[in-house]
Amino acid sequence: MTIPLLEVTGLNAAYGQAQILFDMNLQVRPNEVVAIMGRNGAGKSTTFKALMGHLKNRSGSVKLRGESIEKLPVYQIARRGLGFVPEDRRIFSDLTVLENLDLGRQPPREGAAEWTVETLLDVFPNLAAMPNRPGSDMSGGEQQMLTIARTLMGNPYLVLLDEPSEGVAPVIVERLAKLILELKAKGLTILLSEQNLSFAAALADRAYVLDRGHIVFEGTMAELSANEAVCRAYLTM
Amino acid sequence: MSTLAVNSISKSFFAVKAVQDVSFTVGPGEIVALIGPNGAGKSTCFNMLNGQLRADSGSVVFDGYDITREKPNQIWRRGVGRTFQIAQTFGSMTVRENVQMVLHSVHDRLSGLWTPLVRSYRAEADALLGAVGMQDQAERACCFLAYGDVKRLELAMALANRPKLLLMDEPTAGMAPKERNSLMRLTASLVRERGLSVLFTEHSVDVVFEHADVVVVMSRGKLIAKGKPLEIRDNPLVQEVYLGTGAFLESSEIAQ
Amino acid sequence: MYDISTLFAQLLNGLSYASTLFLVASGLALIFGVSKIVNFAHGSFYMLGAYVALTITSAMPSTSWGFWGGVLLSALIVGLIGCLIEMTVLRRIYSAPEVFQILVTFGLVLVFQNLIYEFWGPDEVLAPRVPGLKGAASIFGERIPQYSLALIFVGPIFLGLLWWLTHRTRWGRLIRAATQDREMVASLGVNQKTLFTVVFFLGTFLAGLAGALQIPKESANLQMDINIVVEAFVIVVIGGMGSILGAFLAAVLVGVINAFGVLFFPQAVSVLIFIVMVLVLIFRPNGLMGGRIIPQRPGDLSIDQPFRLPSKRMKLATLIVIAVLMLLPMVASSYLEVVMSEVFILAIFAGSLHFLLSVGGIVSFGHAAYFGLGSYAAALVATRLGLPMGVGILAAILSGAAGGLLFGWFCTRLKGVYLAMLTLAFAQILFTLSIQMVSFTGGDNGIVGLSRPAWLNSHTGYYYLSLLAVTVSTWLMRRALYSPFGFAFRAGRDSAPRSAAIGMNVARIQWAAFIVSGAFAGLAGALMAYHRGSVFPNDFGVSTTVDALVMVLVGGVQSISGPLIGAFAYHIVAVELIRNLADYWRLILGLFIIAFVLGMPQGIVGAFMHRFGKGEK
Repeated sequence: MTIPLLEVTGLNAAYGQAQILFDMNLQVRPNEVVAIMGRNGAGKSTTFKALMGHLKNRSGSVKLRGESIEKLPVYQIARRGLGFVPEDRRIFSDLTVLENLDLGRQPPREGAAEWTVETLLDVFPNLAAMPNRPGSDMSGGEQQMLTIARTLMGNPYLVLLDEPSEGVAPVIVERLAKLILELKAKGLTILLSEQNLSFAAALADRAYVLDRGHIVFEGTMAELSANEAVCRAYLTM
Repeated sequence: MSTLAVNSISKSFFAVKAVQDVSFTVGPGEIVALIGPNGAGKSTCFNMLNGQLRADSGSVVFDGYDITREKPNQIWRRGVGRTFQIAQTFGSMTVRENVQMVLHSVHDRLSGLWTPLVRSYRAEADALLGAVGMQDQAERACCFLAYGDVKRLELAMALANRPKLLLMDEPTAGMAPKERNSLMRLTASLVRERGLSVLFTEHSVDVVFEHADVVVVMSRGKLIAKGKPLEIRDNPLVQEVYLGTGAFLESSEIAQ
Repeated sequence: MYDISTLFAQLLNGLSYASTLFLVASGLALIFGVSKIVNFAHGSFYMLGAYVALTITSAMPSTSWGFWGGVLLSALIVGLIGCLIEMTVLRRIYSAPEVFQILVTFGLVLVFQNLIYEFWGPDEVLAPRVPGLKGAASIFGERIPQYSLALIFVGPIFLGLLWWLTHRTRWGRLIRAATQDREMVASLGVNQKTLFTVVFFLGTFLAGLAGALQIPKESANLQMDINIVVEAFVIVVIGGMGSILGAFLAAVLVGVINAFGVLFFPQAVSVLIFIVMVLVLIFRPNGLMGGRIIPQRPGDLSIDQPFRLPSKRMKLATLIVIAVLMLLPMVASSYLEVVMSEVFILAIFAGSLHFLLSVGGIVSFGHAAYFGLGSYAAALVATRLGLPMGVGILAAILSGAAGGLLFGWFCTRLKGVYLAMLTLAFAQILFTLSIQMVSFTGGDNGIVGLSRPAWLNSHTGYYYLSLLAVTVSTWLMRRALYSPFGFAFRAGRDSAPRSAAIGMNVARIQWAAFIVSGAFAGLAGALMAYHRGSVFPNDFGVSTTVDALVMVLVGGVQSISGPLIGAFAYHIVAVELIRNLADYWRLILGLFIIAFVLGMPQGIVGAFMHRFGKGEK
């Protein structure tokens, strides 16, 4: 068995007094797509913020390729090869597409796919059509694509993708799904948070279900889809 | 007569035609959804109805009055309530005070400097809180409420001036599916009890198809379809620009 | 009238000064952009640059290489000191509410003033003329110093350099990106701390450079810090917060207006600049080039807990406190009566600020304006018109309210730091006017000789008057706070969109609050004027505002009784400190402010409530 790319053990996290995550354990193996599912407020975004170091109030162990990163500041975690795509499309609206991409640039990493502006624009043809457009003039879907592409410029081992389908028109969601599968085929590993079961089912190999900060289910995506009790209790309807 | 009649309104920002020649109506007791991709002009359209933007041409008629050129607070006083995408309540007040605050504005008594606010309109505030199931939390500080409860409080605040029409901007944004449905069911029951009409924008296609009587679809500033939910779902143009193949819609009966 | 050659010479002088202003303002704008901190200490770095350059250039060989090398070296030293300050102090307050950030940087202003006084003494110092540029060029028959002409080019050169840096280098684009979203920049693997420190270095380097370049033209003095920082704020407001080019245009505008104003309205130059700023703000609320509004950080100064009406026990406790205070003169010395009278008067002043700050979230950093209007109105009515004290106090209340009416109209069009800067600018204009209009205000000497009616002449009599005033004022302000008006004021801060959606006119309510607050501050000013028997320009000064802010802060921003407790604690300590350690007073106060904000931001009452209170979790 290969060592996990990301191994989280006993992760607790809190905002001020309020604890959000309780003793969380999860693993992501190379070239997997893993989904963290759960309702709003279940702790999905908090998990990502804790992993990325944005949430200071945390304990437990986080290992990326066997190396502990839980004590590092945000930028060091990013430099170890953890990429983060936050949920609210945070592009730099003052800068153009190419300038945005350039700010994501990090040196190539051994064992991770290497991206350049050219290879990325191949994968994102709609961005290739507007290299000098400022971020403020882009549509929501285009901004979403640019945020993903900018993260890939860092040649990450693993990308944290926070609720990519939230607030996006269904047609764009379909385009995103196609794109994520394409990236997976190129060897990328993704940890994704999602509320939409059918979207996750189309992309992910495995899933964790979160409820009020606790992992209440883990298994393959097929097992989750088949488990009506879990879906009913913690996901839709 | 329809509660709201939007007659071929248009709006441009410099060279960009944000909304072009859009017309639709909202009838009494009707729940109408306005949907479309990002940048389709929904928000611009919405803001022309609540008075934050003024249409370049066309007219908006509410309850028989031409409100095209009226300001937000005039429109509000005519009986148009609204809720926001991110719920807007007063965080440093209690739940009841939030509603009392609105009631003071309804009765034009905001300039009072003497009698404490908490002493006036208490019963009316409690009645409104009762209507949305928040009476038990009346004394709580607003900033400690769960988000679903903040949304319900916001609804009570929007109802305070007995509106005939409620404009709801993405009412279920940021909510879990379960909460979404309970909020929309509450809205639907208020519509029945109070004879309201509702116009809402929404990203969750499931909410739209489950709760709307009529769906209006916009794309690139133009109205491309309006009709019953089922007609809209099967409309090939709407599928192409917005709905897609339906592969990732959440509730299964619609995906099928 | 002046002939054309004089006017042209003045234009060149104005452009030369514009370069100085631009260097300072662009540094301020850079630092604000990335760190979102309004650095009131920016003027201190300018002043430090001037003094350091005096020492260094006099030690260097008196050649032109010696001078320019010395200037550059001084700017570098100032930049390094800036780095040090950023790493030790400012780094800790990046996520604090803006009023705390303003206070901490003002604490730094005090520390710098005291230290520079210690090292260089109180006298004004002028540098020798610059080697190589000692002469004057003759332009249309007017002689203009060569050095001034050389300075004209410094501004455009740095404008070009800064533009190149922020648009053509990756590092500069990172600054622009961080200006928008620092968290995201960190997520991309950029070390924010280094970025912030380097930006702070750059900003303070520019301020130090401006100060160093100024010494051959203007003697270094201990007032130059506040003067320049207020001008830099005005420039940043006129130019638009996000824009370096805007800062340049505004610097040219202000520099030129300054130069011509000196010719035509020598007593009212600051009023002229103020009028220009007002005109710009009316037509372009975000400044000349500022297209974007910088989003407010959420949660600034938010009062999480609702204000609850006082319980029976609280009312009883209040009555007991009042009763004790009424009996106090029986046992207290007359010295204590005097100090306590001052505490009461200052509590009214702090209460008026608390009303704007804590209820409405408005950072009034020029609150001394209303206090000074009150004290001067009382003094003028008493000494020029010879009217009795009652009329003087009434005039003071009306003047304070009128100040709120005028300034509030402008201020309620702005938000957050813009508003803080504008209120400071207003107070500073009145401060300058009170010094310059000697025939009317007595200039630096102020107005003396206010006399009280015989029955108030004793310390005990005045003690009771002040106690009555603070009791009635506090009671009225509390009524207002719990009234629909007070709630509406709070509503405007909690949620502007909802307030507008329920038919409230937020700006008008805030405007009214400015008037109410101004009236109470005016009352406090008048009481203080009669208490001292005199008024001074410092009634309008920044330090007067800071006193009130510190009182509110010490008491606790979020507590209703904060101003009273704060005024008591702060004034007692201040009086003792001034008596015993006058020379180090500013240093101690500055360090105290910094330590207090870093250590106990919720204030005395807040800390007490936090420990013993029952508030909802």
